[in-house]
Formats: sequence, C-alpha cells, structure tokens
Amino acid sequence: MVEYVWPDKKDASVLGGSFDKIDGPAKCTGTAKYSYDINPEGVLIARAYGCPQAHCKLKSLDLELAEGVPGVVAVRKMKELGDEIHWQGDLVAVVVGETEGAVAEGLAAIVADYEPLDVYVDDEDLQAAEAAGRTADSGGRVQLANEPEGDDEGFEDKELERLFKEAAAVVEGYYGIAAITHMCLETHGSTCEFKDGKLLAHLSTQNVSGTPGQFASPLKLTADDVTVHCDYIGGGFGSKFAVDRWDSLAAQLSKDLGRPVKLMLDRDLELKNGGSRPSGFADVKIGADANGVITVWDSHHWSAGGYGGGVLNQSVMPYVIVPPNYRRRVTNVKINAAPVRAWRAPNHPQGCALSQTAIDDIAAKMGLDSYDVFERNLVNVADEDRRGVYAEEMKIAAKLMDWKAKWHPHGKGDKNGSIVSGLGMALHTWGGGAHPSSCMVKIHPDGGVEAFLGSQDLGTGTRTVIAVVLAETFGLPVEAIKVNIGNSKYPMSGPSGGSTTVGGVSESSRRTGLDAREQLFEKVASKLGVPAESLEAKDGRIFSSEDSDKSLSWKDACSLLGMSPLEVSGRGYSRGSKLSSNGVGGVQMAEVEVDRETGVVKMKKFVAVQDMGLVVNRKTASSQIYGAMIMGIAYALFEERLMDKNSGAFLNAEIADYRLPRLGDIGELVVEIYEPESERARGVIGLGEPPVISPGAAISNAVANALGIRVPVLPLTPKRVLDSLKLQARSA
Amino acid sequence: MTTPEQLAHGKSGFSRRAFLKGSGAAAAATAMAGGPGLAAEEESSVISGMTTITLDVNGKQHKVEVEPRTTLLEALRYGLNLTGAKPISVDGSSGGSTVIMDGKPVSSNSVLAMECVGKPIQTVESLTGDSGVPHAFVDQDASQCGFCTPGFVMAVTAFLKKHPNATEEQIRDGLNGNLCRCGTYANIIPAVLDVVKGGGNG
Repeated sequence: MVEYVWPDKKDASVLGGSFDKIDGPAKCTGTAKYSYDINPEGVLIARAYGCPQAHCKLKSLDLELAEGVPGVVAVRKMKELGDEIHWQGDLVAVVVGETEGAVAEGLAAIVADYEPLDVYVDDEDLQAAEAAGRTADSGGRVQLANEPEGDDEGFEDKELERLFKEAAAVVEGYYGIAAITHMCLETHGSTCEFKDGKLLAHLSTQNVSGTPGQFASPLKLTADDVTVHCDYIGGGFGSKFAVDRWDSLAAQLSKDLGRPVKLMLDRDLELKNGGSRPSGFADVKIGADANGVITVWDSHHWSAGGYGGGVLNQSVMPYVIVPPNYRRRVTNVKINAAPVRAWRAPNHPQGCALSQTAIDDIAAKMGLDSYDVFERNLVNVADEDRRGVYAEEMKIAAKLMDWKAKWHPHGKGDKNGSIVSGLGMALHTWGGGAHPSSCMVKIHPDGGVEAFLGSQDLGTGTRTVIAVVLAETFGLPVEAIKVNIGNSKYPMSGPSGGSTTVGGVSESSRRTGLDAREQLFEKVASKLGVPAESLEAKDGRIFSSEDSDKSLSWKDACSLLGMSPLEVSGRGYSRGSKLSSNGVGGVQMAEVEVDRETGVVKMKKFVAVQDMGLVVNRKTASSQIYGAMIMGIAYALFEERLMDKNSGAFLNAEIADYRLPRLGDIGELVVEIYEPESERARGVIGLGEPPVISPGAAISNAVANALGIRVPVLPLTPKRVLDSLKLQARSA
Repeated sequence: MTTPEQLAHGKSGFSRRAFLKGSGAAAAATAMAGGPGLAAEEESSVISGMTTITLDVNGKQHKVEVEPRTTLLEALRYGLNLTGAKPISVDGSSGGSTVIMDGKPVSSNSVLAMECVGKPIQTVESLTGDSGVPHAFVDQDASQCGFCTPGFVMAVTAFLKKHPNATEEQIRDGLNGNLCRCGTYANIIPAVLDVVKGGGNG
C-alpha cells in the first residue's frame, strides 16, 4: 500500500526549496497569453455600455444610430424597457464591431433615457441611511460566561453593564474601513469562439473546471460541448469565479455572428461591475482588566454589500482575540452599488481593522506597550493550540522590527520637525484547507513526465508547485516536469479561492505521483530483482535502499514501460490526510512616519511572520506574503471607492483617480516564514489570504501610536489624518 | 458618418474615443509629413477608414492596417499580434502599455499608430527570458499574475538605459509610473538592482 506522506525535511531534495516560477519567462517577455490577448482569425470586438445613473428605470433605448456606425456589426441590449437599474455602470447594451474605434463610436451613438429613482450611497452615515429607509437588521450574537438565574429578561444588559463597571479600563471607539474594488488589471471578460455547435471560451477565470456548465445552459448546450481555457489570468482576488452575464452574451454573439467575439470590460465598467469588498463601520466598546486583558466586548457594525450583496459577516467581530463575554450586532446598509464579490480573505481584513484597533486603543488608554497587551490577550485566542504559535511569531516579528528599542507610548515619541513615527501590530487567522482536485500524470517511455489538472494560476505559482511536488516524488529536477493546467478538459480541480489551491493541487499531484511511482517501481523491481518496497527515486535514479548498486537511471526505468506511456489518475483530499491541513496564524508589525502638517503617512518598515504548514516553494510563498503586504498598504493608506452622495456616481472609476501604492510607497518589507517541525508536520496549508488581513489594523495602530490619537477610518488619507488632528485640537 | 451632434446627444461629457476620433486625423496628418512608411494620399486633410502604414517594430518593418484613431497599442495587439503591451488604463496612468519608442518609454495606448511611423519601436517581445531585465525579474520572482509585468519590464529597461548605475533610492523614485495590483514591487526593486550590479542592462 502506498502511504501518502511527505518526505522528512532531511530527505527532501526539492520540496521546500526556492524555485523560479516555470512560467516566469513567459510572463516577463510578454509571450504569456491572457484571455484579453487571444485574437483568433476574424475576431470581433465587443464593448459594453454602462448606465450613467445609479438608480433608475430604463425609459427608452435607441440603438439605431449605433447600428449605423461604419464598422459596427451588431448592437445588443442587455436591459429591457422598464427594467430597474440599481447602480451606475450596470450594463445596458453591447456594441460589436471590427475595430476598437468603431465600437467606441458605436457606444457613443447609443441614445438612452431613464426615469430617475431615489439614490442612496453613503454607507458610513448610519443615521442618514436609517432616515432614507436603507437599513436592515442583519442579526447578532451574545455570548456571556455567566448564566442568568431563572427568567431574568434584562440579564444581558445588566451583565454587560456589570462587566464594564468591573473593568479596569474601558474604551469606546468608532472605527471604519471603506469599500474598495478588486481592480484586476486584466478586466473581466472573455474571448469566445463558437463553432460547429461547440464553444471554446477563453475566460479570465479563477474557476476553469467549474465554468463550462455556466456557459452551456443559456446556449442550450451541455457542458461537454464547452471548453474553458485560461492559461493566465490577470488578477482575480476573488472576483472571477463565475461566468458573468457579459461572458454569456459574448458566447451568444459568437454563435449568432459566426465569428469569435472578445468582450472585455472597460476600466470604468470593470470598477463599477467587476467586484468590490464591503465596507465596515463600527461602534465598539471594550473593557479590560488591570493587565489589559480584554474581558468584555460590545459592538455594532454596519456595512454595505451593494445591491443584493452580503454584509460584513458578524463572525469576525471581535477578531482572533475573542473575550469570554461579547455582544455584537450588524446592520446592512443598502446602497446603489454593484453587489460585492469575495475579496481576498473575505470579511477578515475588515474584522481585523475594526477590532484589533480597539484592542490597541486599550493599550493606549492604559499607557501599556501594545506588544504586551496583544501578548497577554493571547489567552483570548479561541484555539488553544494556536496561542503558542502566535507567541513565537510575535517574538520573531518584534526582533525583526526591533520593537522594544523603538517603542514609545502612544503620542509620546520624538518629533523630527512635523514628523512623528509609530509602531503597530495585528494578528490574523485563516483556514486554507485543500480544495478537491484531481490530477492525471503521464510518464512516457522516454522519461518525459506530464501532469494535467483543470486548475489555474492566479500568480501564486500553481504550475511550479505541481512541478515541485512531482519532481520530489520522482526524484527529478523541477524543470523535468511539464505541467498542463488552465483547460476544463483536464481532470477537475477546484476554484482558486480561499487559499485552497496549493493545498489542493499538492494533495492530488502527490497522491497521483506516488501511485504512478509505485507502478513504475514494480517494473523496476522485477528488472533489478529487488523488492519494490526497497526502491527509492532520487537525483534522477531509481535505486534499492538495500543495495545501492541495484539502480537504473530514470530514463532507463521508464523504458521498461514499453511502447505506451504510463497514465495514472488520482484524486486529492481525503479526510485525515497527512499531506495537508488547515488553519494558520500570522503576525504583522508596521512602522510609519506621519507628517502632522501634511497628514501624509509613509511606510517605513513592515514585518510579516507567517506560518503555512509545510512550505512547497519558498520563493513563491515569500512573494505571496510581500504581495499581500503591499495590497494591505493599499487599503490601509490609499484606495477606496468614492461615490457622489447626490447622484450615486462612482467618482474614481479610472486608474488615474483610484489611488494605489506605487513602487516608491512601500518602505522596507521584511518577510519571515515560520516553519518549525511542528508546523511542517501539519502538511500544506494555503497562503494567499492570511497575510493580507493584518495590514489595516497594524498600520492604523502604528499611526495611532505616532499621533496619540486614532484616525478612525481606513484608508488613512492625508485628509482623514488632518481631520482627526483638527478634531483633537478643537477638543483640547 | 455620425455627426458630432449625434455623438453629443448619445453621450454627454468627455469621451476619449470621441477625442481621438476628432483630433486623430489632424495629428496623423501632421505625422504624415515626414512619415516615410505612410502610404496614404498626402493632400488629404481628413483621413478615415483603413490605411496601411509601416511600423518599425523590434528592428523589422511591419505593414499594418490602421484607422486614424487606432492607437499604437491597438496596432501592436490586433495588427501584429504583439500582445505583451497591455490595455490596463484608459490613459497612461498604469504604465501597462509601455513600449520604448525613439529610446524613450511611451504608453502605447496614448499615441496614435500613425504618429509612430518611422520611429523605432521596441516591445517586450524583443527581449528573451535568459538575460537582462526579464531574467532578473524571473530570478527575483517579480511577477505574480504577470499582467503588469511586460509594461514594468519595458519601463525598467528604459530607466536603466538612462540610469545604468541606479541606486536603490533612484529606483524607488524613478519607477512610479507603473502599477501592479498583486504587489510585486518588493521583488522588482532587487531585480532592478541585480541588473545594475550585473551591468547587463538588458
């Protein structure tokens, strides 16, 4: 029986090493083809027309002028007269033409009229939302350590009041985090080729295996007639799991027009339709004992998920540090915006930013070192096994940051002119268990090895991870493994979301590889006259551990397969697997400089210590963490969706207006992967989400430490910093 | 032909396409004067429809069909199937469409193809992965999804031509025209430094 395990660290030859991405050269020389780049013979260009109003009914739609534009081949409506439109930029029509120029001219010739309806977009102002009738109670939860005696109806309020009265320190604060967009640099869309009753869809997707059926049904096909192809995707971050209505339309247009059709969203329609992360605003009251250990929590948060979208989930309030007594309540604010989509680590960055800021404010109020307060509060981490991991990670991070030497009490640091500096930290958690994945491995008689998985690479290095796993399994160099992903005709692999991919494909490729290796070993065993159980594969050879003279090169071993390749299929993920697990921690510490005159916050140094179980490829794992930290700097200091309160217009739906950090804005980043044997032994755990969670709280805490006041709402733009300083000056 | 009135009636406010359509012909006509590859009739003050021009791309002369409003990016992507330069922003604010023209980095979505006649254009496809900037990018894992990477590679290539001995500070100051969403900046900085140290400069 094959035992599905990883080799020990000392026996691993490539697993856990540092490898270049095998598709790196294609990405860095422009030969990697994304959905946007695929131009089949005769391809038509389609672009969408977005509604200029945020809430209205479509009164009239005249497409005749557009149809008459030279070079325009077809114009299709996407809304019927009388349809209610709930956000600015919802798609009303599509123009198809021979050139981008013709299509742009066609779009400009569309004439539409709308009946305006009431618009509401202010997600922060709860009172205004209530007055506008745009709120809904979305539940809550109470947990108290003590039970009421008998039928005490007022117990909950009385008990909370008692706990706050007993607390050595109480903080009441307001915190917020603005809505942001996914801003995939490759916009949503596809290039569709309908031919002979079959569809080939080059779809920019995180879900290669799961999308054929979604294309099929509107076309009255079955999924077996659809191939979804995506070798490369230009960013997804949780927003590209489904076949969108514009993708279905591209497929239909290709069928109707008998030519390939490329329909990618323009940048502004991308930002208005292609995904956003819900905002979150909270009133938080917390109490702590004399050591700063949180004993009681009471929060009410509100959040806008867009039309039909979900709110910021209550389960992340409070976040990681969960005291024995808490009450939380959520209100949904209904605004005229497109429905939210999953954004890297759904709910967690907001939960972290709304609650670990409050914990830092307790430290500030009590005059304690934030590090000490976070460390003492590890008793409030629900999973006892993880407390030690956080404690170790905090020690490592503090050393890398030189926390003790740099620390000063909140607002009490040295001033360098108008510049003050500060430190802040935060903790996070994520699941990241493996998704279901299947794999087919082909070993050719000439020694060539191929793997096939209907998975995708979001930039995390999926291909390279699969190659490392199979190279380890077969004792070959990483470059000897040819990895085929990105096609729905390959064996099913799950969607890439929730940090499930690396665990999933590692599971399936390791299992399948071990199964294939066993079959090869049997042939080698009879050739060499040794028991198959004694065989090992390493350094390009298969040899007997009992007698190392008994060996064959990989190539000679494969020649025993005869004329046909050995083809083995296998499935990953089964409960109780020793190959993967779920549940990680992670600690981040930020150092910032704030200019009290201009309100500008500059990143000075940012440290991340992250566990992820067993590391497959150290290089790409580190890059994931760097990238997440930078994405975190983005939502902590720069980006937000800006909406005009009166018209509901999305004001900054172009890259020039939507602020994001540039290369010069990141300061010094330090990444440390925490992988002691105890963590390595847990197997592979996904990494994409966890390091993007803490930056908001860590950076906000650093700014609070620098200024001595909380700038409550992220991103911490110069205006918000200056507004907070003015408010402080006025109240002083 | 759609009139400006009809355009205005259909869509209010500023339209980049309408702008390109309106002014493109004039710009193209200016470019024509010294454009050796331009086959269109020279006396025409307004050009519309398809015209064949010759572009000097990666050291070769390429005939490509364009309209006056066709951008260099569109000509490269649709006409020559050189899709390394990417359509990311409506203007030059992402740097995603960066190519090198006359030795300078240019957002190819912000120039008209006709303006580029007679000017040497270098795209990312002219580089190989085993040396110079692309090699350093691969070595430092300076790509994730990779969609911004070709633009970055070209911006770095142009930057290093100007600053062959760039310091880290100069790198942090000088490469802010390109946008990456995945967050590869921390990998790009050492990649650029590697090229400086190696002296290869692509």
